Amino acid sequence: MAKTIMTVDDSASVRQMVAFTLKNAGFNVIEAQDGQDALNKLNGPVDMIITDLNMPNMDGITLIKNVRAKAQYKFIPVIMLTTESQAGKKQEGKSAGATGWIVKPFKPDQLLAVVNKVLR
Amino acid sequence: MTQDDINRQAFREEATELLTELESALLELEENPDDHDLVDRVFRAMHTVKGSGAMFGFDDIAAFTHDVETVFDHVRNGQMAVTKELLDLTLAARDTIAYLLDCADTGDAVDLERTNAVTVGLRALVPGSIAQDNAEATAAAEPQDVEESTPATFRIRFRPEESIFYSGTNPLSLIVELSELGACHTYAHMENVPELEEIDPERCYAWWDVILTTTHGLDAIRDVFIFVEDDCDLKIETIDQDGDFDDRADYKLLGEILVERGDLAPADLERVLQERQPLGEVLTSSGVVSKQNVEAALAEQKAVRDIRKGRTKPEVTEAASSIRVAADKLDQLVDLVGELVIVQARISQVVSERRDPLLTTLSEELERLSDELRDSTLNIRMLPIGTTFSKFRRLVRDLSDELGKKIELVTHGAETELDKTVIERLNDPLVHLLRNSIDHGIETPDKRTAAGKEEAGTIVLSAQHSGGEVHIRIEDDGKGMEPKAIFQKAVERGIVSADAELSDKECYSLIFQPGFSTAEKVTNVSGRGVGMDVVKRSIESLRGSVDVESAPGKGTVITVRLPLTLAIIDGLQVRVADEYFVIPLTMVEECVELMNRADDAAKLQASGNGSEQQLAVRPKAEQRIVNLRGEIVPYIRLREWFESPGDRPAIEQIVVAGVDGTRVGIVVDTVIGEHQTVIKSLGRLYRNVEGISGATIKGDGTMALILDVPKLVQCVNREQ
Repeated sequence: MAKTIMTVDDSASVRQMVAFTLKNAGFNVIEAQDGQDALNKLNGPVDMIITDLNMPNMDGITLIKNVRAKAQYKFIPVIMLTTESQAGKKQEGKSAGATGWIVKPFKPDQLLAVVNKVLR
Repeated sequence: MTQDDINRQAFREEATELLTELESALLELEENPDDHDLVDRVFRAMHTVKGSGAMFGFDDIAAFTHDVETVFDHVRNGQMAVTKELLDLTLAARDTIAYLLDCADTGDAVDLERTNAVTVGLRALVPGSIAQDNAEATAAAEPQDVEESTPATFRIRFRPEESIFYSGTNPLSLIVELSELGACHTYAHMENVPELEEIDPERCYAWWDVILTTTHGLDAIRDVFIFVEDDCDLKIETIDQDGDFDDRADYKLLGEILVERGDLAPADLERVLQERQPLGEVLTSSGVVSKQNVEAALAEQKAVRDIRKGRTKPEVTEAASSIRVAADKLDQLVDLVGELVIVQARISQVVSERRDPLLTTLSEELERLSDELRDSTLNIRMLPIGTTFSKFRRLVRDLSDELGKKIELVTHGAETELDKTVIERLNDPLVHLLRNSIDHGIETPDKRTAAGKEEAGTIVLSAQHSGGEVHIRIEDDGKGMEPKAIFQKAVERGIVSADAELSDKECYSLIFQPGFSTAEKVTNVSGRGVGMDVVKRSIESLRGSVDVESAPGKGTVITVRLPLTLAIIDGLQVRVADEYFVIPLTMVEECVELMNRADDAAKLQASGNGSEQQLAVRPKAEQRIVNLRGEIVPYIRLREWFESPGDRPAIEQIVVAGVDGTRVGIVVDTVIGEHQTVIKSLGRLYRNVEGISGATIKGDGTMALILDVPKLVQCVNREQ
């Protein structure tokens, strides 16, 4: 069974790139444009979440906290996308329950390497 | 357009939108300089332009935007006020980004003075210089190629925090990742696991000692733990580099290892060593070291000794790397393993009824061993298909000469492995398919030139693994086949009636009908009594299938799908009345329930009369249909096909199988489950029973018949 990954980002081009990379690797992809949208769309099986941190309506850290509060998604890997200038957010994200991070900009194979690392 | 171009295009569109958003936010900010939301909007817009820009190769935009973003980060943190000067410069920066986008679009060189003027102006506004952190925005996170070094052995102690699951981390997958780096010996410490009633399943009690020999170096090991290094107690030590420990007669003594690991104080070791008993026992009984820690250290000792043993005798293993065995000995071995798998299944079943913990452990151990034995035995018979492929080169060369054609044969996947029996029996069908491509597919050089193609045609022969199957494709760039012409020919030969409505795919499948030939005239090469029907039959006898796709003028692709082995299949066991059947798992797509009421309604519609007697009058294998999420799927009922006694249950199961690209349901009483099935051929008497391809022996010693699904569907279609 193909695994399902949710990608959360307010940038349509990043979302497109992430979704395309994951679909090519055989994953099902759910796209959400911010934290709130992601929470609304979290109503079925999702094996992993990849989320941006800086987003309107609900940011990535708040999303991670909310996801961890739901029994069904308590233990799924959540990867946050950060930029170098947000190094301080990494710790904040980890305390909220993030599994790991990817530093933007990244290449498709770097993304897949991380996905394969946390999603075995 | 490549995917890269598509991504860049998406970024351009998005950036343009963001710039509009940025502009309006800036103008609003001029009205309400204290509005935090507006500052956030500006920051976010620039942040996205920067992040996505760098990702899609707009490095100059990313670098430029980074400065603007940094300035606004100061504003956001309250370190700078929103002034007219700032807004002017930011608007200028916004225009500059638009200008940079245009330059990227048209390919014009960027006027650096223009961008620099804005950057310098912005930097001047910020207290303290921000020039130095500019570099990090563009420094793309290139993966650093770790150079392969000589193997080194590491001792890794990984103690995750008990709360590690809450961060979505699976510590076991980290151990698996480690094991992929090299030879890995793992000792799991379970001593902290509490009694069952006290276990909190959401906490991680276990921790690990790992001895890893790898050529990837220390950084690769650190990378495995990159996401968790702050949440665990991680110790990585090099215990051997470049054969250090070869200098010693024996690997470190137990006590030495324990002291190095910090499990034992040197003084305690000295004291205990005075007593002359096996050290491990003494240490454990005197309570200075736990039993588990001693075991873990002993595991290290053993692991390193094994590594050294492997290192000192390489020439011996090389000499024994290959051995010739008579084929019938291998066949006998496979037969025996087949018997063993059956016996093992029986034992598992008996043991599961006894509920004896000791027997259960033994039976699980036996299952693991027989699984491994089965896999490695079948593996022995696997041969690369390459030798067959290379034989075809000659065939193509000779034939194309004879027919005055120019043909190039390209092969892919020669290393793909297949069971040797399959390879042997595959030769003839493949030769026939290749001949067809050469004879009927590829045109003569003059015809090709006239059609605007290259003079020489190409045939691509490829093999690849796909799940439990091997797919072999023969692809030519010849003239292809016209579905209508095939249909016409089939009507002439009386294979189909003239008023039949067939899809293109169905037309192509007509070439597999007995007595069909697409050749205009019988040539020396093909049409000598061996038709595609024989090809199809021999591939089906290997439990495979063959499929044709064609585009007139462009070429034809023939795909042969084959199971990896003939000896054992994965099967879905089903039951009808008291009979058990096995459906090959590769064909199964899904299982759904069939409520009898819905079925009666369908029958009522089909016959116009709902009475039970109706059934007896109609053909026994009447084909019906079920609506599966909007798709109409025909099904057959095994109970009727095999005339099983008794009434059918209120809720039956439909196993939906994929046959030749179409979906067909097989209705059974119950689906039991998935099992490895050892195939036994049927005796002479049963060889002609339609719809059965073999038999297997179940765990309880009784027999189950293996369904020949494509045949079953064919028979039913014919009877209708």
